[in-house]
Amino acid sequence: MAFELPKLGYDYNALEPHIDARTMEIHHSKHHGGYTTKLNNAVEGTDLEGKSIEEILKNVSSHSTAVRNNGGGYYNHNLYWQVIAPGGAKSPSGELLDAINESFGSLEKFREAFVQAALTRFGSGWAWLVLQNNKLAVSSTPNQDNPLMDVADVQGTPILGIDVWEHAYYLKYQNKRPDYVNAFWELINWDEAARRFKG
Amino acid sequence: MSFELPKLPYSKNALEPYISEKTIEFHYGKHHQAYVTKVNNLSQGTPFENASLEEIIKKADGGVFNNGAQVWNHTFYFFQFNPDGCKEPKDELKKAIEAKFGSVEKFKEEFSNAATTLFGSGWAWLVKNEKGELEIVQTANAGNPLRDSKTPLLTCDVWEHAYYLDKQNARPKYIEDFWKIIDWKVISERYSK
Ligand SMILES: [Fe+2]
Ligand SMILES: [Fe+2]
Repeated sequence: MAFELPKLGYDYNALEPHIDARTMEIHHSKHHGGYTTKLNNAVEGTDLEGKSIEEILKNVSSHSTAVRNNGGGYYNHNLYWQVIAPGGAKSPSGELLDAINESFGSLEKFREAFVQAALTRFGSGWAWLVLQNNKLAVSSTPNQDNPLMDVADVQGTPILGIDVWEHAYYLKYQNKRPDYVNAFWELINWDEAARRFKG
Repeated sequence: MSFELPKLPYSKNALEPYISEKTIEFHYGKHHQAYVTKVNNLSQGTPFENASLEEIIKKADGGVFNNGAQVWNHTFYFFQFNPDGCKEPKDELKKAIEAKFGSVEKFKEEFSNAATTLFGSGWAWLVKNEKGELEIVQTANAGNPLRDSKTPLLTCDVWEHAYYLDKQNARPKYIEDFWKIIDWKVISERYSK
């Protein structure tokens, strides 16, 4: 079964004014759509056909560059649309908040570390909140790599992920990545983060 | 040494419709300027405080390398454009391109392919290697061929900021238009240096 570009479950303008409809449409239909098509082309006729994306990424070092780049792009954007989906809690609570406090000291300290990771990723990539051996960590990865990959410095389960490729923010924010990162923070759907945290 | 943003040899709207004034305003006015400011700040108190950009490219790492190399790369990029420049390679450079790639057309295809397929942010380059032969190379992020003792002749910035306002995800369209504003006189001068 081929991978499919997921429907968003909300309108392209639903994240205005933080992320504009035009950015959403191009990001989802063109960029994410492109990764989906290229991932399918890269796995077609190989022994990866029919495997789940998680299974493929786990051993990504033994697959082609096309699988790494497009498989990562496919998975990462799936996560991104969900963690900024409208609705849901506006701040963390319960076990997730406890874990954040335990791992970072406070929500504010976590925010600082996450923002820092997103701002200092040079070039294209992602910043993450990762669950690793029952502890939370912040990391960043280049291009479309992610914490599920065996090539990642910090490996574990992604809880939050922010896309800091320029295509994620350039139409609205241009060179002002910090403004986009702050806007992303406002959009986080903490129910979705908690769901991923519980696994 | 304190680096400065060089003045562009053309007006900000001179590359329209291929590269918009708005893109130049951000790309040159904000990105290029920020790299200049950051390399000046970050190199202070390091062994690279008085280094040239070339020395930084060859030996530095981290933020000093990233910002220093990006200053060099962007100056090299912006200075190769001229809307009224020489539209095709000539003389020695033309001969060298034909000898290496078969024809100017084939060279452009191969270079465009390198620029299109670079994944993420980076640069495609035409370089002269240590043997004096032409080569096409890709570098990621701030990478610069001088680091590998290769002499840059022509470069295409494929960071998304170079084309996103004008072309969005259509990087191939940006590369197609890129050829229309290259001043081959500048490239020839770089080649015969
Ligand atoms: Fe993206
Ligand atoms: Fe650039």
